[in-house]
Amino acid sequence: MAKKKTFQDLILTLQAYWAKQGCVILQPYDVEMGAGTFHPATTLRALGPNPWRAAYVQPSRRPKDGRYGENPNRLQHYYQFQVIMKPAPSDIQELYLGSLREIGLDPKLHDIRFVEDDWESPTLGAWGLGWEVWCDGMEVSQFTYFQQVGGIDCDPVSGEITYGLERLAMYVQDVEWVYDLAFAEQPDGRIVRYGEVFLQNEQEQSAFNFELADTEILFQHFKDYEKQCRELLAANTKMALPAYDQCIKASHCFNLLDARGVISVTERAAYIARVRALAKACCEAWLETPMGAYTPRFV
Amino acid sequence: MAGLLLELFSEEIPARMQVQAARDLEKLVVGALSDRGLLLEGVKVFSGPRRLTLAMSGLPARQPDVKEELKGPKTDAPAAALDGFLRKTGLTKDQLKVEKTPKGDVYLAVIDRKGRDTIEVLAEILPECFAKLPWPKSMRFPSSPVRWVRPLHGIVCMFDAEVVPFEFAGVKSGNTTVGHRFLSDGKPIRVRHFEDYEKALHDAHVVLDAEQRKAIIFEELKAAAFVRGLELIPDEGLLDEVAGLAEWPVVLVGAIQDEFMDVPPEILQTSMRTHQKYFSLRDPQTGKMANRFAVISNMVAQDGGKEIIAGNERVLRARLSDAKFFWDQDRKRSLESRVNDLKTIVFHAKAGTVYGRACRIAILSMIYAELLGFDVKKSERAGLLAKADLLSGVVGEFPELQGIMGGYYARADNEDDAVADAVRDHYKPVGASDAVPTAPISVATALAEKTDNLISLWRAGEVPTGSKDPFALRRSALGLIRTLMENKLRVPLLLPAFATLGAYIQPSGASWEERLEDSPFDGNILKGIADDLLAFARDAKKGGTKISGADRQIVSDVMAFLADRLKVALREKGTRHDLIDAVFSLGGEDDLVRLAARVEALQNFLKSDDGANLLVAYKRAANILKAEEKKDNRSFDGDSDPQAFVLPEEKSLYVELAAASEMIRAEVERERFVEAMGVMARLRKPVDAFFDKVTVNDKDAKLRENRLKLLSRLRATLHLVADFSKIEG
Repeated sequence: MAKKKTFQDLILTLQAYWAKQGCVILQPYDVEMGAGTFHPATTLRALGPNPWRAAYVQPSRRPKDGRYGENPNRLQHYYQFQVIMKPAPSDIQELYLGSLREIGLDPKLHDIRFVEDDWESPTLGAWGLGWEVWCDGMEVSQFTYFQQVGGIDCDPVSGEITYGLERLAMYVQDVEWVYDLAFAEQPDGRIVRYGEVFLQNEQEQSAFNFELADTEILFQHFKDYEKQCRELLAANTKMALPAYDQCIKASHCFNLLDARGVISVTERAAYIARVRALAKACCEAWLETPMGAYTPRFV
Repeated sequence: MAGLLLELFSEEIPARMQVQAARDLEKLVVGALSDRGLLLEGVKVFSGPRRLTLAMSGLPARQPDVKEELKGPKTDAPAAALDGFLRKTGLTKDQLKVEKTPKGDVYLAVIDRKGRDTIEVLAEILPECFAKLPWPKSMRFPSSPVRWVRPLHGIVCMFDAEVVPFEFAGVKSGNTTVGHRFLSDGKPIRVRHFEDYEKALHDAHVVLDAEQRKAIIFEELKAAAFVRGLELIPDEGLLDEVAGLAEWPVVLVGAIQDEFMDVPPEILQTSMRTHQKYFSLRDPQTGKMANRFAVISNMVAQDGGKEIIAGNERVLRARLSDAKFFWDQDRKRSLESRVNDLKTIVFHAKAGTVYGRACRIAILSMIYAELLGFDVKKSERAGLLAKADLLSGVVGEFPELQGIMGGYYARADNEDDAVADAVRDHYKPVGASDAVPTAPISVATALAEKTDNLISLWRAGEVPTGSKDPFALRRSALGLIRTLMENKLRVPLLLPAFATLGAYIQPSGASWEERLEDSPFDGNILKGIADDLLAFARDAKKGGTKISGADRQIVSDVMAFLADRLKVALREKGTRHDLIDAVFSLGGEDDLVRLAARVEALQNFLKSDDGANLLVAYKRAANILKAEEKKDNRSFDGDSDPQAFVLPEEKSLYVELAAASEMIRAEVERERFVEAMGVMARLRKPVDAFFDKVTVNDKDAKLRENRLKLLSRLRATLHLVADFSKIEG
């Protein structure tokens, strides 16, 4: 049996594989976000006529999912591997299955399924149809044909694939406890475990998310980011990219407040609507920028 | 006669849409064919994760020829009219016939329409049918303007072993398909007609028929449970779903680790069902959930499924350890201690926090308990604890377990059983098929929860309109009605309704939320507030002035809304809607059970001979009155002069009416509606005799007025029971 891939092997394999499929390999975006979709390389680039293929790792922060390092696979900070192809090629499902084979998941030994899961991000005003991909009952990827982002129709339609890297690695390495994952193998054969890299982070950040985050500061930050975003989009500036950064930051503040349990069901909807309004405005502004509006002569 | 084979091969179609899509496809294609004169002998449709298939037999090779006659202009019409007709029909003048009609001679065109080859018709209509398939949710394709459920990859369309040539969504029809995604070699499979298609697919590990897949799964599940000394916990909805997730279903059984078996079965089952689509098994002797689960895979793996089972067990362990973590965490705190935390959740921007709601529910539970003679103290406790599980970890994870978890936590805290049951059941009935609570404390809490929902959200402006009812107030109303009706509970609903409103108006001066500041569990604070609010409600019901007109309007709107829901509920049970209206429009009734009893008595009465007859008499009287009142522009209310009667029939009706109205009033007062109807029945004879012998509109004005007054009295007497003018027929 071939040697099992370490966590970082997995990332390198996926990067190499998708690079071969014509994807630009980007690095993580340097703003906290809940999912790789929030990366402007997906949110904004999914809009407009210009073809686009990109792949990247994105650290994803979901404050509410923190478990103080006590849960076998739930984390408040984890890695997503994100692929976006615009327009979606007709063999994108096959390309995806090819990537699974590449990382050592043999579909002849496992039960791979495409189970309906229409993706929707109320905060981004985005939705698409697709599936979650199951491997032996484990959701290893999310597969979406984007229909709208920021309330704007996606034309052409992009295909988006998101791998939950930790889950996938646990699968590939046959590990039950995420912190036992082999993150890397050093030249002398020493294994660096995922826990060595991230356990303390999970413990401390969970305490922050659930107990320590100062809600007053967060409420204020939310307002500030919202204000700054609006200002950047004001009529004569139209700075879509920096404005969008503010929008993501506001969204993360909201996620923290939500984890602190200080936002009620009804308030929740109102906050989400506020972030969505920002996202929508950013997307609209993006389409008026040079790259957003760019139409290649031969598509 | 020939057969048609059609397969639409696509990326995975959502399980919940497959069966309906196949039915829709059948309807569309059969409809389109018959519109074009093509009738068939048999049709079958099949659906699965990756394909919709339609097989038809007994289609003719050609459409029948038809003669079509078209009437044209008159022969003496201007030349332009004839030219136009010739252009339209494509004929020349000498090909037209002339038909004689009563209005003169007209041109007649007889057009022979030659039937076209069926294959040609199919090629034309099928793409149109596909485009019309009404998917619940559809997407735009990456490279075609078509909207469909998921990208389409292949179309097989064979008529009489020949390809029907067309294109849809950029895909050309052909004669090849492919088998199972992983279990076949993936090479194209050439097909000619349905029989070889079905067999070839089976050889390529595809069971075409969803019903057959379901049967395979069900039988395998039963057998897999049986050999382990267990039985399947049937789940029809899940069976339908998993049959749509596999082309080649294989049942595998895995183990649930023992450490999870003391987690409540509702949590295990909900987690397994919603997250993993696993079936649960149980011990047939004890009925207890077994430490096994069954998963339906889509694979015959090379290792016999070992990896797949191990993988699924691992996933489940992670899922359940998450659930167990919450369950263990949650029980470290009492429900009581969680009530205060509800201050952090806003119930509605205009209706305060969930803490306020919990207090109101406790207060209303007490009021209901008092009105119904239940234990007030326990009702208060249950009401206060009812929402405390909302901030628990398990409910955060599985919102559908709200209430159920509260019940568990209450029991873990050693709350009284009746209180724990009420916390568990206060959401009931959850849907139309769910049972209403029956235990007293549960009933009080459930009624309180719904009353608060209705009044609070109505007050907050969340009035349901048309299809919009974001807070499910219709369901609240119906739940309230059903709980009262099915338990035959008599409550003057205006009291709890006004009391809820009172909680917002805070009639007793100091803010009652302030009075509760420390802890609602201290002493008799809530009881004191409940007494104040009930007194307020009694005063408001009597028309007291401590409540504004706008607030009074809220209550009367909610009561009208409840009345509407009751109408719907009664109508569904077969009660005539006009009778419901007849009783409702009397107004002033806030006891739904009494209202329904009256409607029922009325319905039975009208079914009787006397009832039907009396209704006719009523209509006659009402019509006469209406006409005369209009003529004289006055009403004829008021007593007739008994001395002025001339005929014995009018005298006797006068006497009978006087007696009857007293008796009816008394019977209605005592809620003896059947008896009240009995008294009405006795009026039939004198009324019939009156109309038989007495002319109402006598020339003598005095006589006429006296008789009209008598009719008005008759109308008023019948209105003691119901507004007969609303009754049809």
